[in-house]
Amino acid sequence: MKELRLMKGNEAIAEAAIRCGADAYFGYPITPQSEVMEYLMAERPEQRTGMVVLQAESEVASINMIYGAAGCGKKAMTSSSSPGISLMQEGLSYIAGAELPCLVVNVVRGGPGLGTIQPSQADYFQATKGGGHGDYHLIVLAPASVQEMCDFVKDGFDLAFQYRNPVMILTDGAIGQMMEKVELFEQIPRSETQPEWACVGKPATRGRSIITSLELDPNRQEQFNLKLQKKYREIEAKEVRYEKIQCDDAEYLFVAYGTSSRICQKSVQLAREKGIKVGLFRPISLYPFPYEAIESLSKQVKGILSVEMSAGQMIEDIRLAVHDRIKVQHYGRFGGMMPVPSEILQQLETQIIGG
Amino acid sequence: MTEEIIIAGFGGQGVLSMGKILAYSGVMQNQEVSWMPSYGPEMRGGTANVTVIISDERISSPILNIFDTAIILNQQSLDKFEKSIKPGGTLLYDDNGITRPPTRKDINIFLVQAAQEAAKMGMTKTMNMVVLGAYLKIKPVVQDKNVEAGLKKSLPARHHNLIPENMTAVERGKEIVEQTQKV
Repeated sequence: MKELRLMKGNEAIAEAAIRCGADAYFGYPITPQSEVMEYLMAERPEQRTGMVVLQAESEVASINMIYGAAGCGKKAMTSSSSPGISLMQEGLSYIAGAELPCLVVNVVRGGPGLGTIQPSQADYFQATKGGGHGDYHLIVLAPASVQEMCDFVKDGFDLAFQYRNPVMILTDGAIGQMMEKVELFEQIPRSETQPEWACVGKPATRGRSIITSLELDPNRQEQFNLKLQKKYREIEAKEVRYEKIQCDDAEYLFVAYGTSSRICQKSVQLAREKGIKVGLFRPISLYPFPYEAIESLSKQVKGILSVEMSAGQMIEDIRLAVHDRIKVQHYGRFGGMMPVPSEILQQLETQIIGG
Repeated sequence: MTEEIIIAGFGGQGVLSMGKILAYSGVMQNQEVSWMPSYGPEMRGGTANVTVIISDERISSPILNIFDTAIILNQQSLDKFEKSIKPGGTLLYDDNGITRPPTRKDINIFLVQAAQEAAKMGMTKTMNMVVLGAYLKIKPVVQDKNVEAGLKKSLPARHHNLIPENMTAVERGKEIVEQTQKV
């Protein structure tokens, strides 16, 4: 039997990082994700696998250490929470521009500004629409359980290396702090070889590896952008992930990811006890967003309530998918407050069914 | 079976660790569990609470506003959570420091004088385990052997010598819990 443990989401991220054979973690503490580095430091991964864990002097330093490590072909990751992730945006744009793989975890807290330390989902735009400058995308995965926090670290690194693109796990303080049962995957050894593009010193047998995001010739920079866009189209075609819960006979639909999707699952149960046929659509990849799956459900249901701990960000993507065919409304709490299941059901009844 | 519990009291009373031991005991018998703490300023003094769910099925929302059982260890938490118990549900409380006792008539109420009992036994730190014992007497959602296994998993190895003492406290809790209202 595989190993079962009761872990916080943040601890699961850290243990998964060691087990998936990551080479390095660079980070800077911030609530509500500090347990990631606390756990890593306590576990002494340099003795378990040789993985390096370093507390940097700031988030700006962390992301640039990631840039350096990734440029050497290493599996490197960092984690932070909203204000810290804002500080990393320049580095993320450079890493995307240099086509390097890395994993960044955002355990989102309420904003804007320093905001609060309680959970939020108000970083959706930043994660999925850019955040840094230039035409780039992160691949964004949204776990809804501690088990997925663990599994998505491995999946995230796999995607990052497959596409040479930064991957973000977008989660929040609730999943970071909560404990659930986790089935841990077995230790994967750290890689002993580097990808051919890595900057590790030039042998006579190949040309130079150059890692840069700078190209002064606009023609060549346009060609590079076209190449990036081609990669994003491939990601959009192949990497869409979602889960449908009780959607088969649904007349109404909740769309929610992460913590909100967990709360909505209970709302579905409460609604069905009252005879309201509602389902839950849970996007797992936020970029690429599951537009087609939502479009096809919009031909079946009468209305959609988007539930997000924000003032309404993901709803824009749902509306793009639905093309005004049916009513789409948003319900959210923000600033660190979380909705409860009965409140969401009431919003479905007033905004969608009765509205 | 799904049991949705809120455990609330002062920071330092062992509220979060009682919840963790209960949740770990559930893991030991391969049930689904979730443990969702209040975190933040309240951890640095003041009230602390944790929602624990133990179930045979996949757990939906770890965040709840209505509970099967409330385990309450101070007045502020009683004021806050008495109204959040399902009709016919269960309230277990320690009356140490309680000046306004519960008033609901549609719930089962149990009293465990855990702080007093733990002091009497000379093991004040095991107060939360007395409460856990009382809870398990009312709702045997996890078996004793799994509580012991859960303790082993949640305590660092250097504290494993304290496990017998903790199990004694659990036993004592089962003995002294009394029902004060039945519906």
